[in-house]
Amino acid sequence: MSTRITRRRSGFSVRLLAPLLLVPLMLAPVAMAAEAEGHGGEPAHVNWQDWKANNQISDQASLQRGAANFANYCASCHSLKYLRYERMAKDLGIPDDLLRKNLLPDGAKPTDYMMVNFPKADAEAWFGKMPPDLSLITRSKGSDYVYQFLKSFYVDESTATKSNNLALPGAAMPAVLSELEGVKRAVFAEQGAVGGHGGGPVVERFEEVAAGSLSPEKYDAFVRDTVNYISYAGEPSQLQRSALGIWVVLFLLVFTGFAWLLKREYWRDVH
Amino acid sequence: MGGHSSESGPARTGFMGWLNKRLPVDAFVKGSMTEYYAPKNFNVWYFFGSLALLVLVMQLITGVFLTMHYKVGEATAFDSVEYIMREVPYGWLLRYLHSTGASAFFIVVYLHMFRAMLYGSYKAPRELLWLFGMVIYLALMAEAFMGYVLPWGNMSFWGAQVIVNLFGTIPVIGPGLVEWIRGDYGIADATLNRFFSLHVVAVPLVLLLLVALHLVALHETGSNNPDGVEIKDNKDAKGNPVDGIAFHPYYTIKDVFGVGVFLTLFCIVVFFMPTFGGIFLEKPNFEVANAMSTPDHIAPVWYFTPFYAILRAVPDQQLGALAMALSLVCLVLLPWLDRSPVRSIRYRGWMWKTALTLFVISFVMLGYLGLMPPSPLYTTLARICSVVYFAFFVLMPIYTRLDPVKPVPTRLTSDHE
Amino acid sequence: MSDTSGAALHGSPETPAVDNSRRVFLTQATTGLAALGAAFAAVPFIASWSPSERARALGAPVDVDVSKLEPGQMVTLTWRKQAIYVVHRTPDMIASLAGNDGQLKDPGSKASEQPAYATNVNRAVRDQFLVVIGNCTHLGCLPKARFEKAQPELGADWPGGFFCPCHGSRFDLAGRVFQGSPASVNLRIPPYYFSNDSTLIIGKDDAVQGVA
Repeated sequence: MSTRITRRRSGFSVRLLAPLLLVPLMLAPVAMAAEAEGHGGEPAHVNWQDWKANNQISDQASLQRGAANFANYCASCHSLKYLRYERMAKDLGIPDDLLRKNLLPDGAKPTDYMMVNFPKADAEAWFGKMPPDLSLITRSKGSDYVYQFLKSFYVDESTATKSNNLALPGAAMPAVLSELEGVKRAVFAEQGAVGGHGGGPVVERFEEVAAGSLSPEKYDAFVRDTVNYISYAGEPSQLQRSALGIWVVLFLLVFTGFAWLLKREYWRDVH
Repeated sequence: MGGHSSESGPARTGFMGWLNKRLPVDAFVKGSMTEYYAPKNFNVWYFFGSLALLVLVMQLITGVFLTMHYKVGEATAFDSVEYIMREVPYGWLLRYLHSTGASAFFIVVYLHMFRAMLYGSYKAPRELLWLFGMVIYLALMAEAFMGYVLPWGNMSFWGAQVIVNLFGTIPVIGPGLVEWIRGDYGIADATLNRFFSLHVVAVPLVLLLLVALHLVALHETGSNNPDGVEIKDNKDAKGNPVDGIAFHPYYTIKDVFGVGVFLTLFCIVVFFMPTFGGIFLEKPNFEVANAMSTPDHIAPVWYFTPFYAILRAVPDQQLGALAMALSLVCLVLLPWLDRSPVRSIRYRGWMWKTALTLFVISFVMLGYLGLMPPSPLYTTLARICSVVYFAFFVLMPIYTRLDPVKPVPTRLTSDHE
Repeated sequence: MSDTSGAALHGSPETPAVDNSRRVFLTQATTGLAALGAAFAAVPFIASWSPSERARALGAPVDVDVSKLEPGQMVTLTWRKQAIYVVHRTPDMIASLAGNDGQLKDPGSKASEQPAYATNVNRAVRDQFLVVIGNCTHLGCLPKARFEKAQPELGADWPGGFFCPCHGSRFDLAGRVFQGSPASVNLRIPPYYFSNDSTLIIGKDDAVQGVA
């Protein structure tokens, strides 16, 4: 009547599913190798699309320097319209008096949003459009893009600003950081040259036209700090988020552990 | 003492006695939990039903709290989301819980549906259970689509544009229908407002009703199980299935463990990678909606991409939309397409196993392809996968009849996992 | 044979009782953790109702330039969604305050809400400036200024002060409530300080000075 077929291996489905969780981990080194290997035997050129910002939001000193950089070099044209001065100062550990002295524009209150007093008509006359707000630029375009943008201005006589940008060809923004970085020319490889990716022009090398007040290493650090700050501005709560997350996940692991023991204990009844 | 005494013991006294004379509390608890018998061999695939209910409740609660701060309207929506993210205490957490919850809902629901395909849970007498589930799935897709429009980012706008335009492919009534859905000549404030109302009020109510019906239908037939064996065919002297165990405490406790595992993984995403590489929260949506500027690459959110890939694979606009609709209809018809005498994959033959494997591969491939920008290679692949997808359903009546099945036991084979 | 109803919990002649104490402990531990988790999880939701950064920014202290305020004049401004009255009191007005005590419900401001530096007789940091929240402590209407003595509808011995039109509460020129008024408590005084001779900051105590 009732045929009891041999007991199946238990946990088959778990054993089927669990390895799938490892797939992303296994693919990661493959993906990274593919990235690195891609430009092996080709002529050397500037892989500006591979430049990474590698910013560390937890580096408060970097964020503070970035805040100063932004205030001095960017804030006259670019707003951070979702960020308040006092919130930024609190998150970055900047005391109130330093905020008021160095970072707060005249006439602004600490509770104000970081706006810009740029007349729209002037902006349109000079640049063709208002300089965009930068609150969310690292979230929509990525911090790598912003880093690449700030480091890839080059001389271009054909434009109104006499400069151009590899990350944003035809950028209306002039090379405002050239006093720090210096001025450089991009030497493009021949048409149809192999290499690079993204279909953009292939840059063989940069040539310095004029030196800036910062060395290349110092300018790079300047840009990284600034990108770090802009990245913070994109999501100020990320500092709190990771800190809280550790506790939440730890608690859940403990809870799940107990839940497992409870399950196992009750399921002894079931045969 | 008078009072309504149930079969299983004397009437209760005190407050519970008072309550039970007016509301069938004890009868409900007995009928659906402590004396409701479920097969004892549920495996990992059986967690996803209760997890889906958990995610539904989480979305409702986080949604209610988000609505307290969100300001619907073309001019205010995007800013209000940033306000929630930055200025409302823990607003960022509410937002990430809700956005991650939306993706988690689909992960859970897809795995839940796949369980039904593995073990034949849609087959008689559970066809209505499957149908309610399919309607829940469709309602969920509508809910997710409308929810995605609410932040009024650039992808919200253009996603709405594309999906609403799909309705224009319906012959005769199409163009008028599109304008009626939009409430304007293009995706506009009117569209946003009505999507908000539907997303916050109407569809959640519909979902709750459907989930209730889904559970009632489930309890009417009882659950299927990994062996596909009907446990009600073997009852003991008391009338309880021999291979069944009381839902409470065994499955309530087991589901708590499942909840723990799920919440751990869920919170890892929420707290450490809420955008999930731009898949759960897409990059173009961090720019405000701009009718004059289409994002470089429009793709729907990941959980729609398999169907989107099918749409794109067909070179004709109307036929593509039709194909997409039919791909969903196929799923609905599953109980009637599957002619196998056997429920569970454990006792099916090589034909079904091959077909199901190919189906899974094609569905996952289509999902990936739907995320990618179109290219000749990808389009060819999408066409192949679409053919495989449809073949799985269209040929099913044939190969499920021919499939050499194994004998099905009368009792459950695995004790428990 | 599988136990389907949990009867093993209590044992029976055929099967020995399970380790009940372990079950109870694990059930209590897991339930306790779940309750703790639920309490933790509730915190963000409840906290999200607190005033947001925007509300707090809009509720930030307000600056008032009092150099333009003539003696006997009053200016009304808003702070935290409430009306604030700033009155430049004349020496006459200040002098009349002491004589009101007999007619007041709470001449010493024992029951009313004001910062420590406003519990003096004149309820002010600087005698000539009254800073008071212009919401009647009865049910919240805005009292009207009635600074002139002996007004027709207020009687010949009216010393000057505020009159609330809603239910007739009367307050003197230090915001103290008269007997016979429906209101029982003096008008509230917000935190404030003078950052210099002409600038009054309402909404904040000056931590350094306390008294200007």
